[in-house]
Amino acid sequence: MISPTVSGKRIKFMATCLCDGFYGDVAKASYEVLEHLGCEIEFPGGQTCCGQPAHNAGDWDNARKVVGHTIRVFEGEDPVVTPSGSCAAMLRHGAMLCLEEQPEAPEARALADRTWELAEYIVHGLGVTSWPGRFAKKVALHRSCHTRGTKVYDSAITLLSSIDGLELTEVGELDQCCGFGGTFCVSFPEISKNMGQLKIDHLIAGKPDCIATLDMACAMHFGGMMDRQKIEVPRMHVAQILLAALQEERKTA
Amino acid sequence: MAKSIQEIDSFAEKLPDDTRASVHHASKLKTEKRFATLASDFEEPDTLRKTAARVKQHTLEHLDEYLLQAEASLQRNGATVHWASDSEEANATVLRIMQQRGAKKMVKSKSMVSEETELVAYLEKNDIEAVETDLGEFVVQIDGDHPSHIVTPIIHKNRKQVARSFEREGLGAYTESPEELTAMARRHLRAKYLAADVGLTGANFVTADTGRITLVTNEGNARFSMAATKTLIVMVGIEKLVPRQSDLPLFLSLLGRSATGQALTVYTQFIGGPKLSGLPEGPEEMHVIFLDNGRSEVLASDCREILRCIRCGACMNICPVYRQASGHAYRFVYPGPVGAVLSPLINPQGFPQLADLPKASSLCGACQEVCPVDIPIPDLLVRLRRRGKLEKAEKASINTPGFGVWASGATSPGMWRAGLKMGHAMNYLPRVLLDVNPAAHAWQEHRDLPPFDGGSFRSWLKEKDKEAGK
Repeated sequence: MISPTVSGKRIKFMATCLCDGFYGDVAKASYEVLEHLGCEIEFPGGQTCCGQPAHNAGDWDNARKVVGHTIRVFEGEDPVVTPSGSCAAMLRHGAMLCLEEQPEAPEARALADRTWELAEYIVHGLGVTSWPGRFAKKVALHRSCHTRGTKVYDSAITLLSSIDGLELTEVGELDQCCGFGGTFCVSFPEISKNMGQLKIDHLIAGKPDCIATLDMACAMHFGGMMDRQKIEVPRMHVAQILLAALQEERKTA
Repeated sequence: MAKSIQEIDSFAEKLPDDTRASVHHASKLKTEKRFATLASDFEEPDTLRKTAARVKQHTLEHLDEYLLQAEASLQRNGATVHWASDSEEANATVLRIMQQRGAKKMVKSKSMVSEETELVAYLEKNDIEAVETDLGEFVVQIDGDHPSHIVTPIIHKNRKQVARSFEREGLGAYTESPEELTAMARRHLRAKYLAADVGLTGANFVTADTGRITLVTNEGNARFSMAATKTLIVMVGIEKLVPRQSDLPLFLSLLGRSATGQALTVYTQFIGGPKLSGLPEGPEEMHVIFLDNGRSEVLASDCREILRCIRCGACMNICPVYRQASGHAYRFVYPGPVGAVLSPLINPQGFPQLADLPKASSLCGACQEVCPVDIPIPDLLVRLRRRGKLEKAEKASINTPGFGVWASGATSPGMWRAGLKMGHAMNYLPRVLLDVNPAAHAWQEHRDLPPFDGGSFRSWLKEKDKEAGK
């Protein structure tokens, strides 16, 4: 996994296909958080998907087309910031794998050097380690698997634990996957369901007021299971919590 | 409802609850012990893993040289070296060595490579008694079962099942006391050691510079297997080499901790060759059989990193899929993440028969994170998924959607935006999540889909930009 080295406040925002289609609020929250930090944000309108679904399924012919499109959409020197550990991991690792020995390999490598997950960008790209405002709730933070080998999860912990009133609950067996895994969750429904149940049990064990995630794909899977089971603990992207804390501050200011 | 039709998923669904509980409990415990010992004993366990990875990778890249060096060293020590290209050759070599001595009885210690060649069944067919002396392997043998884990072969059984097996075989009356059960096996196996002509072991490491075999066990059965017999046979895969004796501290520091959370196993043996003249005990002759069995092809492929594996089992212990499905779901000697890569590549039925194994992973990456030689298992799984796709392996394609339509949408911003706007993005987002097909049914069975709100962020941004006069 490549760690990004290129930072700066002029950025390109990658909303992710899931936020484009299902979680517009997460994209909005991320955008507003970045604005608050004084970023000059460009949203390239041609963006679609990072290409990970086909890459992970082994369909590299189709994956290369979509990754290639993404490389072109985000060309330039500016850092790319995305509210997803998984999409970031695709651009920092997966893209180079499926493009190895391909003409676009050097461009894939260059994009990897300037691709950040949102929380990691805030803490390690901008050096912001404490967050203003207030969020008086107990929060269980889900560690998504594609943040392994990065500073993403620790960055989120840094930011969340600095927020006034916010209490992080203990989550057991952080090493265990929630069972989403893209096509895995539909190809292996039984195993995926059991993995999801284990994750839900751990996430709600500390009786949190909400579950925070760095990846909407995981939340779509285990959240969908929670909805079916009428477990009414709301799921929020970390960006939404950061924004809520800011709004609280603006209210009291 | 959509039926699970991926074999590993349906195996997991049908797995008895007590088996799943045994596997889950034991693998979780070993994972926790692993984390605890590595973190308490070393400041930077990750540096150790990465160093070990480099040593093994270097060895693989110069395997031709190191194998010749190892052969020369072993011969210098008085051992005879044999080369076997496949299971049949390896088994036939064992039989020939035994026949030359007129030997009829073998005691063997645990060796996954001998599971791979199905040595015991082969010897029995040739009227040779071969007794497994590792406790777990012994239980597997009397039950006519197969190991479901490479380090703890009966992780899928509990003590009650073992007690019933021992009672059935006449080893002693039913008891649930582990001490009494162990004592029964010990009495039974003592007699077997003393009666045997030949001992066979595997090898955890072979050091090329000194020609020594390193063996780790917790039961001492490997020692007995060679102490009481005149002939020692070592069967080992060609990838088990390390260059130098001085590399062993690194690997032994990682192996026990990764496997069982032990700083060191109870017994660690370094076998230099047959007994020297003048010594009272020990095997008079020693044979080392190096087995290829598909490994050369793996070495030539883009999955060669899997040959770094030192067989600790940490990847299966932490694997959420292994914990649900258990080892037999993988249908070959090597289960779990390492097996999902290695088994399709070396099983005698060929790649298509096990092309579904690389699919049985959420690509969560836990396996690589715990691997003592940092094998990029998720990458290798994806490479094998690609191979399954290119070779149109039927087992690989079960329940996997096509990506052609999606790719068209995702490379055409106009289509993508129109889709979002018109609420038709369902056609271009990953179909697997959305399509009205068995896969989507599987999704809907246990989960609700969030409401589609395609394009809302883009509309919001457009409004915002308009207000700002952009």
